[in-house]
Amino acid sequence: MSFIVTTEKVNKSFGGIKALKDINITLPRKQITALIGPNGAGKTTLFNCLTGIYKPTNGKIIFHQENGKNVEIQGKKPNQVAEQGIGRTFQNIRLFSGMSALENIMVGCHIRSSCNFVSAIFNTRSFKREEKAILEKSYRLLKLIGLEEQGNALAGSLPYAFQRKLEIARALAINPSLLLLDEPAAGMNDQETLGLNELILAIQEQFPITILLIEHDMKLVMQISESIIVMNQGALIATGTPHEIQNNELVISAYLGT
Amino acid sequence: MKKHLIITVWFCLLLFPFVVLKLPLHATEVVTYRWFNLPLVAVIAFVASFLWEILFKYRQKAKKGHTDFINKKLLYLQNKKLFPVYLLIAIIFPLITSDYNVSIFTSTFVYIVLGLGLNIVVGLAGLLDLGYVAFYAVGAYSYALLNLYFHLTFWQIFPIAGLLAFCLGVLLGFPVLRLKGDYLAIVTLGFGEIIRLILYNWTDLTKGIQGIGSIPKPNLPGIHLTEGGSNVFLYYILLALIIIALLCFHRLRNSRVGRAWEAFREDEIACISMGIHRTKTKLAAFGIGASWAGFAGIIFASHTGYINPASFTFYESSVILTIVILGGMGSPLGVIIASALLILLPEYFRFLNDYRMLIFAMCMIGIMLFKPNGLLQIKRKQFDLDKLNNATLE
Repeated sequence: MSFIVTTEKVNKSFGGIKALKDINITLPRKQITALIGPNGAGKTTLFNCLTGIYKPTNGKIIFHQENGKNVEIQGKKPNQVAEQGIGRTFQNIRLFSGMSALENIMVGCHIRSSCNFVSAIFNTRSFKREEKAILEKSYRLLKLIGLEEQGNALAGSLPYAFQRKLEIARALAINPSLLLLDEPAAGMNDQETLGLNELILAIQEQFPITILLIEHDMKLVMQISESIIVMNQGALIATGTPHEIQNNELVISAYLGT
Repeated sequence: MKKHLIITVWFCLLLFPFVVLKLPLHATEVVTYRWFNLPLVAVIAFVASFLWEILFKYRQKAKKGHTDFINKKLLYLQNKKLFPVYLLIAIIFPLITSDYNVSIFTSTFVYIVLGLGLNIVVGLAGLLDLGYVAFYAVGAYSYALLNLYFHLTFWQIFPIAGLLAFCLGVLLGFPVLRLKGDYLAIVTLGFGEIIRLILYNWTDLTKGIQGIGSIPKPNLPGIHLTEGGSNVFLYYILLALIIIALLCFHRLRNSRVGRAWEAFREDEIACISMGIHRTKTKLAAFGIGASWAGFAGIIFASHTGYINPASFTFYESSVILTIVILGGMGSPLGVIIASALLILLPEYFRFLNDYRMLIFAMCMIGIMLFKPNGLLQIKRKQFDLDKLNNATLE
């Protein structure tokens, strides 16, 4: 099986608090992996290390490119990590709320386009062609999340569940090979979670993409993920298939409960 | 009704010492009472209290999301069909009015260009720049100095002024890359002062407080212009510059770069996580914004014919910022309306003498109270979703 990300003994401390302790994970390519654990387990910290928002105190994070090249991404800036093809969403929604839904996705297309301000001012042919391509790509993504009717609505005014989905669409716009979803179902009702479930599966079907998601909704996790990583108090406590995890004593006592 | 009466009585009491009593200048004279002023105050206070209430009700309505009446009217002004009409009026204007009017409109137009430039930095990219006047000074002084020492003409210096301001904008951008909000404002404020103090103290080069005089006006090749004629010519140059600035603003805003600026203003972390380069984006905003100040500066210098460092104080920066905020952040038409309000009105109300600035200040406070987001809300681009739908189906 080929992997997309390997971490080697990743540590992260904030002052005296060790948020991550020797995390070694391997993410299988083109699968959905869930990252679970109680609050404060260090899940989001790991996400932030993977996307360059935090620099790990020590340890290595290796991103395996599609062409077989390996890139160390620890300590890289978020925009460099995004350029490698890692897209993400945020636990507390971080949309560009003053911009329209479609524009939000168009911002995501930024790094996969190249026209500079001079060509924009002179409205050159290549600029027009690129804008058209960006617009159409964004619209397709908007359609994917079922928001095509509200493309011109301000992102901040959309219903909560749609805001979460819009964030996913924006992350998809950077053509990621790895998509990190931070609690995509948080605050959603059962109906909306079901919709999200379908969306994630549709994404995996349509794009050559690996998904790592943090989630507290166990029903969703067990339904869609092919493997699960469990963290507790900054340490990795188990990895395995959903079935293995459900029967793991350590996981039950730390997180799942009886 | 009772409330309004109480307000009236209160204002009469409050203003009694100012408008009724007239204290003598010498001890030998007696105190005079100007009772006829009191009913005037009462009537004004009574009417104003009603007006106040109406405005507050209007504001509450606007807050609740009811259609904003004023905004609707102003948005109508933004109708594309009306633009040729505006243009025609602007072109005919200098031909039918006096030199005085042309001159005042020219200075207003300078502020419009400045406002449009700062609108990119503050309105789009959300970078609070209090030292914007520095780039204006650079534009003006580059013309004055290059003309003085190297005898270059207006048209030769015109691109240089913009380029110099652009470079300086980028240069200022570097140290403030990591700063936001209040901290950024303070650093840029300092930067503005540094430029002004250099102009002040480097007397060998800039002649310091004396300033530089007899700056020539731009010439029209082959035609000799009179004093009034060259003023009109300058007016047309500015008009063209404003149109270009509006066009650039519009195109930039709906481009990849403009979207990155707006995204930056909305959420920096999300923005860099989408792969947007922080340095490039910020520097582009500072540079492009500054270059418009450079262009405005060179025209200002040739319009007044004389410049000294006193023309480029913090006060100017604050006026330009007021134009942007009053007009509604990010709205180009807002900038034009606000410039007209801020520059034209005080000029034409000179007959009010000392009350001029008082009334002006009251208007400002009123606008900010009742329209806290500025006169015009930014109009977002509306995409034709049906057309897009058809385009993507193929």
